[in-house]
Amino acid sequence: MTESPRSASTLSLSARLAGGLVVLLVVGGVVLSLATFAYGRAAAREAFDRLLVGAASSIAASVSVIEGAAVVDLPVSAFDLLALAPEDRIAYQVRGVDGAVLTGYADLPQPPPSRLVTSGPVYYDAAFTGEPARFIRLTRRFAERDLSGTIEVIVGQTLRERNALAEDIALNALMGLAIGGAAVVLLAVLVVRSALRPLDELALALAGRDPQDLTAISTAVPREVASLVGAVNGFMARLDRQFDAMRNLISDSAHQLRTPVAALRAQADLATQETDPDRRNRLIGRIHDRSVSLGRLLDQMLSRALVIHRIDSARREAVDLRDIALDIVESGDHQLIAPGAEVRLEIGEAPVIVQGDPLSLGEAAKNLFRNALAHGRAPIVLGADVQGAQARLWVQDAGPGPSAAVRTQFGGRFVRSAAADGRSAGLGLSIADSVARAFGGHLALEDRAEGFRVVIILPRSGER
Amino acid sequence: MIRMTLLLLCLALPARAQEVLRAFGPENALTRLVLRTTTDVDILAPTVDEFLAAHPGVAIDYEQWGSNALYQRSAEECATGESGADIVISSAVHQMIKLVNDRCAASWQSSYGIGLPDTLRWRDEIWGVTREPAVMVYNRSLVPPDQVPRTRFDLLDLLRPEDSRYAGRIATYEISQSGLGYLFAYMDSQEATTFGALMEAFARSGAVATCCSAEIIDGVQRGDYLIAYNILGSYAVTEAQRDPNLGIVAPRDYTLVLSRALIFPGSRVRPEAGAFLDFLLSPAGQLSLAANNLAISADNPSISIEADAPDSARRLIPLAPALLVAMDRAKSEQFLSDWRKTFAQ
Repeated sequence: MTESPRSASTLSLSARLAGGLVVLLVVGGVVLSLATFAYGRAAAREAFDRLLVGAASSIAASVSVIEGAAVVDLPVSAFDLLALAPEDRIAYQVRGVDGAVLTGYADLPQPPPSRLVTSGPVYYDAAFTGEPARFIRLTRRFAERDLSGTIEVIVGQTLRERNALAEDIALNALMGLAIGGAAVVLLAVLVVRSALRPLDELALALAGRDPQDLTAISTAVPREVASLVGAVNGFMARLDRQFDAMRNLISDSAHQLRTPVAALRAQADLATQETDPDRRNRLIGRIHDRSVSLGRLLDQMLSRALVIHRIDSARREAVDLRDIALDIVESGDHQLIAPGAEVRLEIGEAPVIVQGDPLSLGEAAKNLFRNALAHGRAPIVLGADVQGAQARLWVQDAGPGPSAAVRTQFGGRFVRSAAADGRSAGLGLSIADSVARAFGGHLALEDRAEGFRVVIILPRSGER
Repeated sequence: MIRMTLLLLCLALPARAQEVLRAFGPENALTRLVLRTTTDVDILAPTVDEFLAAHPGVAIDYEQWGSNALYQRSAEECATGESGADIVISSAVHQMIKLVNDRCAASWQSSYGIGLPDTLRWRDEIWGVTREPAVMVYNRSLVPPDQVPRTRFDLLDLLRPEDSRYAGRIATYEISQSGLGYLFAYMDSQEATTFGALMEAFARSGAVATCCSAEIIDGVQRGDYLIAYNILGSYAVTEAQRDPNLGIVAPRDYTLVLSRALIFPGSRVRPEAGAFLDFLLSPAGQLSLAANNLAISADNPSISIEADAPDSARRLIPLAPALLVAMDRAKSEQFLSDWRKTFAQ
């Protein structure tokens, strides 16, 4: 069984938020509960320790010296005070200056020696007849003529009421915590719902769209979702461009192919009916010319489709324009297209770097080069150089350049006049122009003394 | 002279542990409970019988003890961990409080115990089962009606004249021998300043401190004593129902009300023993106790107390740890020595 690839992505936002909240509540709840119990114990201990100290003080105060002996007149009030913890048993002991038990329980646990460093009351936990209890030891100094020394009072109490109070405090606090937690959960649900509502609205808006509608989403969304919407809009724009390009390609192709194919068919019809071998051969020669021209047109159209597709999708990288010029010259295509034509390369020592797609740039340059071979006059010069912030890749021939009509239309998607006679110089220019624009540059036509030059001008990039 | 004899007689008493032994219920009962109590067997017997009637298969060995001896024995058994009794009911409730505080009593959840006021219940280990006022009894034929003391102040007035005919003819408990007498005297000392004046008057007039409710009441009936002070109402009323010559007064200034304390000695309560407590606290049990003058209260007054105290004058002795003070060694030594000084004159 392979795990469904969806499983990783199906964890909804609500589930994530709920999970986080549950973890927060559990951890917070445990920490707060522990703190609450500790607090309850501390509060109960403090409250009941005060009873102990009150009772012990009252007993200590009841000791008087009569004829050289310490006499305890145990006060009922001390026991009434301790009886405020009604369920607890009481231990007490009063010891004289010689350490002998004056009254009370004879064998009470004594405070641990480590606690006896202070002169004030000493609290300690110990067992009273097998039950855990809390004790206090208090001393009172006598400096009479006939009695001098320290009287020691120990009072203890079992822990029932303390524990009950501690539990009570803790449970009450926990109750509050539980209510608070429930309120937090409720609020969180409401907040999460309201926070996720823009997404629902977005989904509704998208679902309600016409399938052909690739315009940007205009629904108002919060900042956090805006980047998502921006990405979707960007994606749709790219899709829209690709659709456009495809539509154009199809309509261009149909348009451009219809005339030459019709001409081919007419000439082929003529050739089949022609009985005169000479004229028939002449017709066949023309059919051949037309086929070659049609093949070139197809090449260009495919190249253009490729370029248009790539400039939207391919990654930009650093490209040396000299390499592109060099590749074209070295590929030796011109030997096939125009055998014997003189071709020169004019590149310098310094690299000419731009950010772009090498394949698209290569197609663009190749189209310009073929245009020059097909329509220009040798020698053809291919070059790349840097002028300020501009990187330039250019093709130059010794001819006068295209007609004024072609030049005015240049840059258009399609030059019909050029296509009409099967010679598609305009299409090549159009491809080169598209590529130049895609990478942030433009195409320039220059009439120079040495001939006509077409230049792809791109912003120069420093890095390799 | 008589006083000395009686005192000696009383001193000899603690050697005798249990005064009366009687078995209730069938011989071959599955469960035998040992009940140790200071209560006169005749007075509690009807209630025990009523309980046993509802619980066949249970028998009760009734042991009647003097309060101090009962406390001594219970404390000893607690120290050794071997309990010879299942139930202990004592009128010397301060001794019972001390036993509870020493962890000598087992805990029991009584369904009727919840209905008790907080002052008659502590830690679910001790319960107050009766309501018995401390009263003054007098001999009707020897004390003229206009001289019957309604309050302690009246009693003081009777003793004031140098040649008072009541001199030497007032009796009360000897507190060193009777735990209950000690408790009443101690509560008096806590309750009001009249106690000091009363002690002084007793000392001056030569009042008699002697032992045991029955003997004192008997002395009053015979005319040896004219008035007895701080006598347990339950015994007095029971006797007065037989002898119309015996008058009873619940002092109007304040009347101490004793609630006999029940504990389960040891570490465990036998269910049948728990059931006995439940019965005593139940309405049926309280009715039975009332019928035997063990539960005399404002809503259940005894016809024999002709001068009853108003409700606000009743002072219920609370079963609370404050009674530990009465058991304090230094305190009791001091108290007893003061008492002896009074009655040694």
